[in-house]
Amino acid sequence: MPPLLEVDNLHVQFPVRQGMVHAVSGVSLTVHNGETLGLVGESGCGKSTLARSIVQLVPPTAGEIHFDGQTLQGLAPATLRKLRPRLQMIFQDPYASLNPRKTVFDALAEPLRVHAIVPRPEIPAEVGKLMDQVGLARHFSRKFPHEFSGGQRQRIAIARALALRPQMLIADEPVSALDISVQAQILNLLAQLAREKGLAMLLISHDLSVVKHMSNRIAVMYLGRIVELGPATSVMQTPRHPYTQALLRAVPRLTPTTTAEETFLGGDPPSPLHPPAGCPFHPRCPIAMEDCRAESPALLSIGNEHEVACPRWEKSPADGFRH
Amino acid sequence: MPLLEVEDLRAYFHTRHGVVRAVDGVSFHLEAGETLGIAGESGCGKSVSQYAMLGLMPTPPGRIESGTAHFEGIDLLQCDARTMRKIRGKRISMVFQDPMTALNPYMRVGTQIMEPLLLHERCTRAEAQSRATTLLETLGIQDAEARMAMYPHEFSGGMRQRVLIAMALITKPQMLIADEPTTALDVTVQAQILAHLRNLQQAMNLSVILITHDLGVLSGMCRRILVMYAGRIVESGDTQTVLQAPRHPYTRALLAALPAAHRPGEPLASILGQPPDCIAPFAGCAFAPRCSAARPTCHTTACRLETIAPGHATACLRAQAGEWPGSEEGVRHAASA
Repeated sequence: MPPLLEVDNLHVQFPVRQGMVHAVSGVSLTVHNGETLGLVGESGCGKSTLARSIVQLVPPTAGEIHFDGQTLQGLAPATLRKLRPRLQMIFQDPYASLNPRKTVFDALAEPLRVHAIVPRPEIPAEVGKLMDQVGLARHFSRKFPHEFSGGQRQRIAIARALALRPQMLIADEPVSALDISVQAQILNLLAQLAREKGLAMLLISHDLSVVKHMSNRIAVMYLGRIVELGPATSVMQTPRHPYTQALLRAVPRLTPTTTAEETFLGGDPPSPLHPPAGCPFHPRCPIAMEDCRAESPALLSIGNEHEVACPRWEKSPADGFRH
Repeated sequence: MPLLEVEDLRAYFHTRHGVVRAVDGVSFHLEAGETLGIAGESGCGKSVSQYAMLGLMPTPPGRIESGTAHFEGIDLLQCDARTMRKIRGKRISMVFQDPMTALNPYMRVGTQIMEPLLLHERCTRAEAQSRATTLLETLGIQDAEARMAMYPHEFSGGMRQRVLIAMALITKPQMLIADEPTTALDVTVQAQILAHLRNLQQAMNLSVILITHDLGVLSGMCRRILVMYAGRIVESGDTQTVLQAPRHPYTRALLAALPAAHRPGEPLASILGQPPDCIAPFAGCAFAPRCSAARPTCHTTACRLETIAPGHATACLRAQAGEWPGSEEGVRHAASA
């Protein structure tokens, strides 16, 4: 079966005063029906820009995006608008993505009306159903966003995305503004929706434990490129790219390890304004060689659907997530 | 004698909607050279308790209702502004979460680092300059001398946080309060900053109060932790004991809600409902309405933090009575995963 979403060699650049920001540099990925693809990476690696350009909020500089067989770029606005309901996005800060002057009812009724999802007389009943689905009491529908807690607001944002009966959800850091106990509620809700509705999901998070918990496959991004991609268990348990390994090592653990290892990654990620030549990770890489400075390695399969953009992957000891 | 001893601290906010009991009877102590962790979710009072102690709570609407906080013989809650100014920034320093709002964007980084030193000590500019440069180098900033002449916006988030730490430690304080110092940072940078903080703490024999919601960070940094809920300490003790054998249902629920405690795809054990708003007074345990182990008496009987084993205290009545965790709750918890 062809993938629901196919991103092919996507580039996104922003002109700024100091030059050109290379936010996304040649990313290719696929998401199949009903699958959750986790996308991890540190701030500034381009993961949000990638998400935004998939839903055409940011125009890609080069490359192609296909959704359910249709190429998204160059579509007439009217055609794109017809496609939009099927590909919905939720953001990190639910307060910023809800209109403060609209009640929950208005916020949920609007997409139903605009896209004529149900006949007008049925809108109140449909709003009630949506609120049930995300676990909000129906009598909250007359309240305004400021009257809710962060977790409840995220539920409203999810209900709003679901109103259009999408096939795919792009969730950009949906729980990073929430407390642990509330985070668990929202993650459970997203997992349940993905399961029951067969929703495909692109889940973006900087939190490895969240991505590991939720995803079928995981892509790791560094400085605008995917450096490792594969089934969640093999990426987490036998990471092959030195960056993925460093990222996993840096996660604070509940039970301290007995072996005192202080082999943390030094330095900061380089600026996307001036990405280094060759492999983007070479300035911080413990196993970098002369070649790494010259040539940017492509994402190559190492078997078992696991792909790594490091020619020296066999040299670095696989060192997994040890929570 | 402990370096800091806080007894029955109560800090309330008097708002239009009522009195918010942000910190409601908190007692703890801090030994010289130790790192004490304070864990809890937003609004539990973990930051306010520390701000109140240093006179940094906005008054009004805030007011310290009762309590003492003895720091080397001085009660921080009673001392006059002059004495407080001599302690704050010199003997007790703070590092805040957001390094951009804590730095002055119009001032060179070096000037900001040297400022507390020039204010609190008799020290020449050249001397201050060299101490600041050395400290930045210790914190892993390359080319520190040139960096001193730069402005905060020219620094990355991780470097700004190093600057804040340098600013806090340049006067060689005895005590540091670090409020979510790495929450805004990426994990690889967080690991670097925490390692520097650990090394400096040992080198300076510094006492640290580390406030964070990240239990993993606490586990790696602290020997003892306090868990706060709705303005009160609900559990305290040796970090590994608390994390591996929690004796308060809230602590256990927090650990169980972590994705790392579950197999992929397995539903997470979330805590139902929300924390109380701390305005409505509650007769019994504040956590009882959300607690799966609560009995009718939990809602009505006042609970206090009681020691149940050497160095381990809980405010759970059922744990104090030895009824919790019982066999029906099972023994599975996060730290074993």
